Amino acid sequence: MPRFGMVIDTLKCVGCMDCVVACQTENDVPQGYCRDWIVTEVRGAFPSLSMEIRSERCNHCDNPPCVTCCPTGASHVESFGKTVQVTAEKCIGCKACLSACPYGARFVHPDGYADKCTFCLHRVKEGKDPACVSVCPTRCMTFGDLDDPKSAVSELLASRKSHTLLPEAGTKPRVSYLT
Amino acid sequence: MLEITTTRHNPLVDPVLSVWSWEIPVYLFLGGMIAGMMVLGGLNMLRLLKGEKPEGFYSVQTPVLGFVLLNLGMGALFLDLAHKLYVFRVYLAFEPTSPMSWGSWVLILVFPVLILSALIRLPEAWPWLGDRVPAARGWSQAILARPGLVKTLAWLNVTLGIGLGIYTGILLSTMVARPLWNSAILGPLFLVSGLSAAAAMVHLVSSLVPGHPAPRGFLGGALAMLVQPLGERPPAPGTANGLVRADLAFLAVELVLIFLLIVGLVSSSASHAQAAQIILSGKFAVLFWVGVIAAGIVVPLALQALELGHRIPHTIIPALLVLGGGFALRWVMVGAGQASHVIAATGM
Repeated sequence: MPRFGMVIDTLKCVGCMDCVVACQTENDVPQGYCRDWIVTEVRGAFPSLSMEIRSERCNHCDNPPCVTCCPTGASHVESFGKTVQVTAEKCIGCKACLSACPYGARFVHPDGYADKCTFCLHRVKEGKDPACVSVCPTRCMTFGDLDDPKSAVSELLASRKSHTLLPEAGTKPRVSYLT
Repeated sequence: MLEITTTRHNPLVDPVLSVWSWEIPVYLFLGGMIAGMMVLGGLNMLRLLKGEKPEGFYSVQTPVLGFVLLNLGMGALFLDLAHKLYVFRVYLAFEPTSPMSWGSWVLILVFPVLILSALIRLPEAWPWLGDRVPAARGWSQAILARPGLVKTLAWLNVTLGIGLGIYTGILLSTMVARPLWNSAILGPLFLVSGLSAAAAMVHLVSSLVPGHPAPRGFLGGALAMLVQPLGERPPAPGTANGLVRADLAFLAVELVLIFLLIVGLVSSSASHAQAAQIILSGKFAVLFWVGVIAAGIVVPLALQALELGHRIPHTIIPALLVLGGGFALRWVMVGAGQASHVIAATGM
């Protein structure tokens, strides 16, 4: 069984937000909400400044606090791809998962249930890439099986320097950023 | 310099997490207080079993008052839910890693224990019901005729009360993403704060109209059932003093636990240290220092010590302050906890 993850090359990302619009269109994300977003981080002091642009989303953590705190099992790890998913019909809208996520990746859908990035599992099951990956004009995003050493994501992680977000939270995120 | 800009703009999440509003502090406060009332009431049920007369005993009122407050608390919790029609889903699953799941099941157990405990003295406490529903007297006598059942109920009150009180803190403390909450001290702190609020609440209601027989009307009788000690005589001075003495101990322990919580946060990671500053010197500092520490603990501690030393007369002021402080503690912890977050220790 695969363990899906995503690798994003921050040296290629230009923050065009194509991924954001593609996600909203593909997943019918309500207006005013987003499942993925762009973060621009600038560090240093002039003239030695460095900038990283990242397309961020749910990290589909290996140790997901949103799943452990859910009182109904609505937030769960899907057996296919070991991704973190929400069953809307089981969600009571208690918002514990929103508090538990250190990345702020979730929101309350206007219909009342917790919502977030699904890695476009419906597309992946058809053999396609997630919508954000498929539209990226700079091809900075790669999606695949982290447990397969020959997959594109594994090879990128093995050959390039990378980091994840807030590793100190202990959630073991599965979205990595190449630097 | 570190400058971060984001295009994310999700309601309740950005710019600062604010998913829980007034409903959750109200629920946590009432839940903690009910837990404390169950513990105090359960311990007094054991005293009654040893032959003490029930007149003036607050333990016969606490299950009824607790039951009413529990419904109010659960009502607040329900109002907080965003997917209300699916609330039944909580009781179609037990998730061992989710304190919210444990709490939901504990609450289901609390309801029958409170109802059975209330039935013991309900016909006497609410004569209107006792006169019109003879079966109520039958239930009361059936329970009282079985000391083993009363004893079991008393211990169930104590154990479920402790469970409910601790859970209100553990619910928050398991969230690693919120450093202010991420301390094992929060469970015992909320339990002790709940015990203190319970002692204050029982003291307050038993001071309102002591020494009058319960009105025989429907509404007057129902209200008297909640706030009036049983019987025509006021509670013995020892009862009030016992509550004040217990509250002194609870408040002192609460102060020590808050101190330990802050020491633990300040001496931990950068995320925890920054979280502590939100209540020590940040947006919630005034409410924390004035509402929780000064007015909610130190002042009532001093007033109650003076009352016990017969230097000042007994008043309901310390009880009111303790209740206000207990609510302020929940308000501060829920609000400031949501504002706290994990700080990235590593750069890009």
